[in-house]
Amino acid sequence: MLQRIKDIDFLGLSLWIFRTAIIVLIAWGTIATLIENPYPAHTWMETIVSGIAQGSLYALIAIGYTLVYGVLFMINFAHGEFFMSGIMTATVFLAQPMHESGFLNQHPVISILLITIVTILVSVGIALLTERVAYRPLRTAPRLVPLITAIGASFFWQYFFRGLYGSKVKPFPQFEALVGKVSFGGIEILKVHLVVIVAAILMLIGLYIFIMKTKVGKSIRAVAENKDVAALMGINVDRAVAITFAMGSAMAGIAGVLYALVFRQVHFYMGFIPGIKAFTAAVLGGIGSIPGAAIGGLLLGLFESIGPGLFLEGVGIPSPHQMKDVIAFTMLVLVLIFRPQGIVGERLPEKKA
Amino acid sequence: MSKRSIIIFGLLVIASMALSACGGAKYECDDPIGCVTYGPDEPVRIASALVISGPNTELGLDSQWGVEIAMDFQEELLGHEIELQAEDEMCTAEGGQAAGQKIVSDPTILAIIGTSCSGAGVPMSEVVSEAGYAMISPSNTAPSLTNPEEAWNPGYLRTAHNDKVQGKAMAEFALNELGVTTAAAIHDGDPYTEGLARVFADSFEEMGGTIVEFTAVNKGDTDMRPVLSAVAAAGPPEFLYYPVFTAEGAFLTKQAKEVTGLEDTILAAADGMISDAAADAIGDAGAGMYFSGPDLSYSGDLYDNFLSTYVEKYGSDPTSVFHAHAFDGTRMIFSCVEEIAVQDNDGTIHIGRKALRDCLYATSDFTGITGSLTCNEYGDCADAKISVSQLQDGEYVKVWP
Repeated sequence: MLQRIKDIDFLGLSLWIFRTAIIVLIAWGTIATLIENPYPAHTWMETIVSGIAQGSLYALIAIGYTLVYGVLFMINFAHGEFFMSGIMTATVFLAQPMHESGFLNQHPVISILLITIVTILVSVGIALLTERVAYRPLRTAPRLVPLITAIGASFFWQYFFRGLYGSKVKPFPQFEALVGKVSFGGIEILKVHLVVIVAAILMLIGLYIFIMKTKVGKSIRAVAENKDVAALMGINVDRAVAITFAMGSAMAGIAGVLYALVFRQVHFYMGFIPGIKAFTAAVLGGIGSIPGAAIGGLLLGLFESIGPGLFLEGVGIPSPHQMKDVIAFTMLVLVLIFRPQGIVGERLPEKKA
Repeated sequence: MSKRSIIIFGLLVIASMALSACGGAKYECDDPIGCVTYGPDEPVRIASALVISGPNTELGLDSQWGVEIAMDFQEELLGHEIELQAEDEMCTAEGGQAAGQKIVSDPTILAIIGTSCSGAGVPMSEVVSEAGYAMISPSNTAPSLTNPEEAWNPGYLRTAHNDKVQGKAMAEFALNELGVTTAAAIHDGDPYTEGLARVFADSFEEMGGTIVEFTAVNKGDTDMRPVLSAVAAAGPPEFLYYPVFTAEGAFLTKQAKEVTGLEDTILAAADGMISDAAADAIGDAGAGMYFSGPDLSYSGDLYDNFLSTYVEKYGSDPTSVFHAHAFDGTRMIFSCVEEIAVQDNDGTIHIGRKALRDCLYATSDFTGITGSLTCNEYGDCADAKISVSQLQDGEYVKVWP
């Protein structure tokens, strides 16, 4: 016993104090809030649903990070820009003109399909171009090199689209069919939130099946396992990597459409923060794992949404909603301390970690 | 060499030194901070530090164009061309710090127009002040920046109004004109938005109203429903004031209508959201919403001339609010340079940095587009006129006073 206490070093001790402090803080805040109960039930419901909707968006974007990391072990920081590029283009060239001519609300289903198709095409196009020009030539370079390149690519696309469409915030038209709420056994949900949540779940399931059950998915998994051996087995590695980028950016494109439906405005800078949050979500869930990205995204959205009202309000912090990002990144730190591999991630061999 | 020739040579040397000393009576700088000297062919250099990237680009570019037009109108300063070094303060504290440091590392820069955002202005004014430079902000409105007990630093001035005036005007409008009794305010942590929201809340309570919630969001947030739900649960207030920037403000506007309890709340924002871009971004959701801001109904030949140059040069109507303030600030600098610069025969000019500061602070009844500017000892120079406008069919229509 004495020996064990002696073995605890300074770092271990401070980490232990840090963990305990955070847990005590969260528990104290939560209990204080629940006792005081400042919000009626419907406020909590609204907050939770909006958190799940936001989390679904994070999950869809996080997929792109996780897929690319799984295959190339690189963090593609330009991913937020793939998310932005598609929906910006579709808003400027499709949604706004269709809204002005009245077509949008006469044929909402056709409009949304058109918008989605264009968004996906542009997002995937930008992703493949970036992969071909900026990432593929560096595939054998040290891992820091593609990381820096990705940050450069992110800035490049941001300001490319600013040059193309201007720096104004662009409104995305309202679909009249999506105005209002639906009731589920007493719980009122905004229609648009319902669409986002359902669409995100369908997409995630679809993607999972694609990766696990199809031949192409198998080739991606093989490349993720070992590029050289996969190449020896006759798998076209370049093609598998390109498909991975295409799948990830298609998900980001769909997330862009859903984002536009919920928030109704787009901007050349809109990809930056969701990109960082989604990266956090991917790490939270366990980078490299698809269910991990989904779970990480949902949890992050949910905690960001209810966290300020639940923990921070109780601790007595003024203006708690300002601290939303603190919650997101504290979660990241906590997960990295308690479970460095992420919530559902597997312990990676030295080479991948 | 003989002894005689050495003496002659020595005499020649002494004579030539004496002659040269007489010929070019060397200017001696006696300014306590130091002087900036521009040789005969060197341009006078000023810097701008405005937000010209990121989500608030419109705000900063508009001001930068105001500076450029002031330079075009001036053409030359005591025979020197004028050169602008445009820096980006990114609307963040870090950006302001970095831009300030970059500028003060260049001794040929005379004065600065900046910053756009009060949040960047606080650290930058510290850097700039310490280095002895002078800066005039066209759009910092946070009260703390000209309060010597808070963030004021010597050398800092502004042509924008102080939000003490704006927040109070909005509270008056809400209480007396709209007749509401409960209100809530949301800021985004930026000194500009926080200061304005704070002044509004304080004035509103002083005049007999009730503030049910005073809270904040974060820059870059998109999902405002949690904070709006909290506001609704606390009141719900009759009047909601969120003096934030375009992106966050548009999100708040659109989502407020979808939160239970806020359906009938009157929404209001401030000058950070008065621009064509903001009106576009808010769209139909903002119909009937109120905005406080500087009264922009300028008139006179100078403004007409300015406006036609702006449209011709940049191909659009002014994209934000503070172009005229930037224009006036730049002209204040030029007018002081003309007043205090010491000019040599060959055209070289010397400008004392302390003298420039003193001259700027002494500005009184300076005729600009934004009115007649008189600076106080802490650099508040604006001829502040605040009005409230309402968004009707995508246009800002002045409704008060």
